Amino acid sequence: MRMRTVEIGVGAFMLAGIAALIVLALNVSGLNLSEQGGGYKVYARFENIGGLTPRAKVSMSGVQIGQVTNIRIDTRMLMAEVEMEIFDDVDYLTTDSSASILTAGLLGEQYIGIVPGADEEVLGEGDYIEDTQSALVLEELIGKFLFNKVGE
Amino acid sequence: MKSESDTIIDIRGLSFSRGERPIFDGVDIRIPRGKVTAIMGPSGTGKTTLLKLIGGQLRPDRGDILLDDLNVPKLGRRELFEVRERMGMLFQSGALFTDMSVFENVAFPLRVHTELPEEMIRDIVLMKLQAVGLRGARDLMPSELSGGMARRVALARAISLDPDIVMYDEPFTGQDPIAMGVLVNLIRRLNQALGHTSIIVSHDIKETLGIADYIYILSDAKVIASGTPEELADVDSDKVRQFMQGLPDGPVPFHYKAPDYMQDLLGETS
Amino acid sequence: MLNMLQRLGHRTLSRLAALGRASQILFQSLVARPQPLVMLPLVLKQIWFVGVLSLVIIVVSGGFIGMVLGLQGYTILVDYGSEQAVGQMVALSLVRELAPVVAALLFAGRAGSALTAEIGLMKATEQLASLEMIGVDPLRRIIAPRLWAGFVCMPLLAMIFAVVGIWGGSLVAVDWLGIYEGSFWANMQQSVSFYDDVVNGIIKAVCFGIVVTWIAVFQGYDCIPTSEGISQATTRTVVYSSLAVLGLDFVLTALMFGEL
Repeated sequence: MRMRTVEIGVGAFMLAGIAALIVLALNVSGLNLSEQGGGYKVYARFENIGGLTPRAKVSMSGVQIGQVTNIRIDTRMLMAEVEMEIFDDVDYLTTDSSASILTAGLLGEQYIGIVPGADEEVLGEGDYIEDTQSALVLEELIGKFLFNKVGE
Repeated sequence: MKSESDTIIDIRGLSFSRGERPIFDGVDIRIPRGKVTAIMGPSGTGKTTLLKLIGGQLRPDRGDILLDDLNVPKLGRRELFEVRERMGMLFQSGALFTDMSVFENVAFPLRVHTELPEEMIRDIVLMKLQAVGLRGARDLMPSELSGGMARRVALARAISLDPDIVMYDEPFTGQDPIAMGVLVNLIRRLNQALGHTSIIVSHDIKETLGIADYIYILSDAKVIASGTPEELADVDSDKVRQFMQGLPDGPVPFHYKAPDYMQDLLGETS
Repeated sequence: MLNMLQRLGHRTLSRLAALGRASQILFQSLVARPQPLVMLPLVLKQIWFVGVLSLVIIVVSGGFIGMVLGLQGYTILVDYGSEQAVGQMVALSLVRELAPVVAALLFAGRAGSALTAEIGLMKATEQLASLEMIGVDPLRRIIAPRLWAGFVCMPLLAMIFAVVGIWGGSLVAVDWLGIYEGSFWANMQQSVSFYDDVVNGIIKAVCFGIVVTWIAVFQGYDCIPTSEGISQATTRTVVYSSLAVLGLDFVLTALMFGEL
């Protein structure tokens, strides 16, 4: 009789623990279970990446189409080069697409937003996005604003 | 003098120290087969340690402990396990496993050492409990037993494998007269009925003298006397006499080492 | 002066010896031919005593800590206009730090001290010696199941703590303080990474479980078998476990989150 209580209790405990793990995985951390398969690498150079970090989202029209995998300095062009992995099923990014570093919300993290262009050809593995817009730096904004104000 | 085959345990030249203190210094003890042997001596002479040495829980610094032909300190794990099947030990506090019932406690050695079917184990356990008069208590938990009952259950557990040697560690200490009487009676009866060798470690003169066939007295890491109860009554040794008669002062002094009495009183007042 | 040095040396040596003995019993308990038929019921029983009976304190503490986090987080963030981020604050604090550490501390206090006292009492009443005389190794029969139970229960308890805490935080933030439920959870899901945060938290909890259970079991096994000895050993379990958990937490945090 006592052993049965113990077994039931332990079983329930283990279930609760596993349930907690599942909750943590899905609800808390937004683990993406449906693997989008692989991806292809696309590059873009920016003057200033602001607060962009690896694993940041790459999205088009607000929908995630990939993520930032690496950021380094291009020593020839002396600019920041961002490497992105775009999901394989996203095969409609034209070669004249533009990439901008945007901020999600007021204090949110930064991400890359892609706006497709009108070209015939699409981006493939290892291609570079030419049209880029760097992150907005607050000091430059204020400087520009004051400059304009003075000009008026 | 006893011949070799009558000795079941032959301890030769046993030396054992705990840190700096020598507990045994070249001790020779022969335990005769099938009899009740008592190991006695003042408190702290290492009597319990001797039982642990015989049982292989401790290793001596020097010397041999021969159980028939086996030298206990030199046995490997497997052999020690098999030898322990032949020994049963009754600890001072009973030492029943508190998370098991009386029945499970007595059945434990059977489950560990044998692969007997459940029905046989049940029969054996009930027989052992009957021998100590506690068959009706088989479903109680150790916390529900009185001290005396706990010791009897522990005794049933000690004999559940029908061992050749049963060791009793201070069985009479702190018992009320009835419990004492029951235990003395049990030890004697079981020894005669089951034919095993009993080794009792005790400092209780009256009870032990009543049932022992042979006695060893230890003091200061050595055997100071041995013999049957009648022989010991005539031994010409101050130490032995003080112990046997329970004299408060003698070779074991009454006063703890202290400076001169008058000087102490007249000297420091605080 | 010389006396002090001598005492210091003696204490260091005896601590080293204790560590040696502790490692010995850890090794001897765990490294052996597995006997699942005998061990499994014993381990299950210990999981009950060590894990299931700790649930109450874990759940209650987790709930309260989560609620306090929600409250404090809101109060601090609202000054920056970022009260929407309270969800990720509560979740990250809990999953990365508070759940493994606080659950381990509570575990040390409740289950650890109980283990030490139980084993110490078994030593004092000669039950361990009895087992040996009957030919059963007390390390395999008594110590090993308790070690395994501790290793298994600690991560589970930490995860339950985290989940209950997040729920408590959501209770305060969403139901009480009026944060929009959607952004509470969305922000959290965006910023809590499964591999970097949740899994690291679980790894921490596993390490803490090993350390706390090991200390608890050793202190009981090694104690002086008197009532005073057992009480000293129980105190030592709680103190050493707590210090070890906090120290180990710093090391693990530096390793896991240092480069981030």
